[in-house]
Amino acid sequence: MEPVVKVENLSKKFGEFIATNAISFEVNKGEIFGFLGANGAGKTTAMRMLSGLLTPSSGQAFVAGFDVATQAELVKKNIGYMSQKFSLYEDLTIQENIEFYGGIYELSRQEIKDRSKGIVDKFQLASVKNKLVKTIPLGWKQKLAFALALIHKPKVVFLDEPTGGVDPITRRQFWDLIYEAANDGVTIFITTHYMDEAEYCDRVSIMVDGLIKALGTPSELKKSFDVDSMDAVFQLLARGTANK
Amino acid sequence: MKKFYAFVQKEFYHIFRDTRTMMILFALPVALVIIFGYALNNDYKNIPIGVLNQSKDQTSEKLINRIIGSGYFVVEKSLEKPQDIPSAFKLGKIKLVLYFPAHFQKELYHSKKAQVQLIADASDINTAINTTSYLSGIINEFNAENAREINGGIQISTRMIFNQRLLSVYLFIPGVIALILLIISALLTSVTLAREKEMGTLELLSISPISPYMIIIGKVIPYLILSLLNSFVIILLGIFIFGLPMTGSISLLILACFVYTVASLSLGILISTRVETQQAAMFASLVTLMMPTMLLSGFIFPIESLPLPLQVISNIIPATHFIVLIKSIMIKGAGITVIWKPFIILMGMTSLFLFVSIQSLKRNN
Repeated sequence: MEPVVKVENLSKKFGEFIATNAISFEVNKGEIFGFLGANGAGKTTAMRMLSGLLTPSSGQAFVAGFDVATQAELVKKNIGYMSQKFSLYEDLTIQENIEFYGGIYELSRQEIKDRSKGIVDKFQLASVKNKLVKTIPLGWKQKLAFALALIHKPKVVFLDEPTGGVDPITRRQFWDLIYEAANDGVTIFITTHYMDEAEYCDRVSIMVDGLIKALGTPSELKKSFDVDSMDAVFQLLARGTANK
Repeated sequence: MKKFYAFVQKEFYHIFRDTRTMMILFALPVALVIIFGYALNNDYKNIPIGVLNQSKDQTSEKLINRIIGSGYFVVEKSLEKPQDIPSAFKLGKIKLVLYFPAHFQKELYHSKKAQVQLIADASDINTAINTTSYLSGIINEFNAENAREINGGIQISTRMIFNQRLLSVYLFIPGVIALILLIISALLTSVTLAREKEMGTLELLSISPISPYMIIIGKVIPYLILSLLNSFVIILLGIFIFGLPMTGSISLLILACFVYTVASLSLGILISTRVETQQAAMFASLVTLMMPTMLLSGFIFPIESLPLPLQVISNIIPATHFIVLIKSIMIKGAGITVIWKPFIILMGMTSLFLFVSIQSLKRNN
């Protein structure tokens, strides 16, 4: 099976500074791929290259079968994105936000109608769909933002610290949505600072100073570092507290 | 096209739901026109004057009645001798004295000319200049009407151009249009794009298939429509409330408003691509756009009286060229063959601003 995300020796230099240094990995269809690293380790740069926003300095990357360097427009059509900041317009209603995102991804009127009905039914939003987004609770906003990131049925969805600032219960519910999407065949590419969330991923990569220092399933990583939590693995690698 | 339509629709929602934006769009222009109209208005009515008539003949009485009949002047005081003039001014009740020397009528009929003196209270220089020029105008008209009888005319010791009283209106309406369009176009658009940056939604848009060009044009179109509507309201206010003439072509006027609005909008976009927050956008628009437009576009101070370095700056302000266009079209009735230059300059500026903004929007990504 052809991987949905395929990265080969991908590098990005800003002047002398090497943000991402020849990283390589593959992500399969329907996989939940955790992309971890301390701030400044090069995660954001790598994600920006994968979503067609930055051109790589060298190396290659294919997302949903398209080259990010030369087919950025096609890549953009096939990916969804949700960031830690709110991806919704606060002064638009839920319904208007749905219609707007449907519109910019060029869905037909009928598709927008069907999918917005699907979203409203799934999250039981019928009573609030005409309320401004700023009036609804944080947890709902994040679920809605996730639903919108999937509205055009992308092959890959990039989640950039999607659960920042919410309580553990809401986070757990959010992960149920992620599993559901992955079961439907959507590839999930997620960054997070919460190490308990790293345990939920199918596979995890940990970036340190532009390099991928570890890559594998959570249990493989824990085993190879001989620790009992992903948090400990991360501490060893990212914080540089590993003493051999 | 569908994504573009969705984007423009979203922009309209932003505008109609933000009370501050709506106030700036619809309440501010009317308030500004009215305030400037009445505050900067140099129209005078019922100016108190004194009359010192040492001739007391038929012609001088006729002229005095004529002056009173104009509605601009009220005879507040009758003076007996020239020595009384300084004390009359000191009391501050009158602004000007109309002085007919003895034998006024006799000289008029015999030597074909007679002196009438206008003595104005120059402590209020603007009023002095304006009232003497009004009066001169009335006396000149009187001369013309009675040309057959008096056959030569009354000589006035102060001579000025009568058009003075209209100058304020001529100046301020184009200036206010320029200022308001700038506020709406540049300020509001710079804030709206900065808001997308602040909220993080711009990141989302840049990952979506919508292109930077579409984002910019989609931002501009709602403001363009609302700005054009606004400029018509202001021009109509100018014409019907303040008596601004409309001698030129209406379609040319619309074109001028359109070109200037697009220039202002592109300036707003340029600012917003360079700043990160709404506050910075607002501050940058106020300092770099509003102040120079107020002070250096010829709106308040005549460009000719500025020192050379400021005249150079004045020429790179879009409003300067727009004010030239409005005045030429509305007041002088100029056609495109005469005023193609300001049009070209404005369009050149617009393309430069847009080019730079799209470049920096791309670089940001």
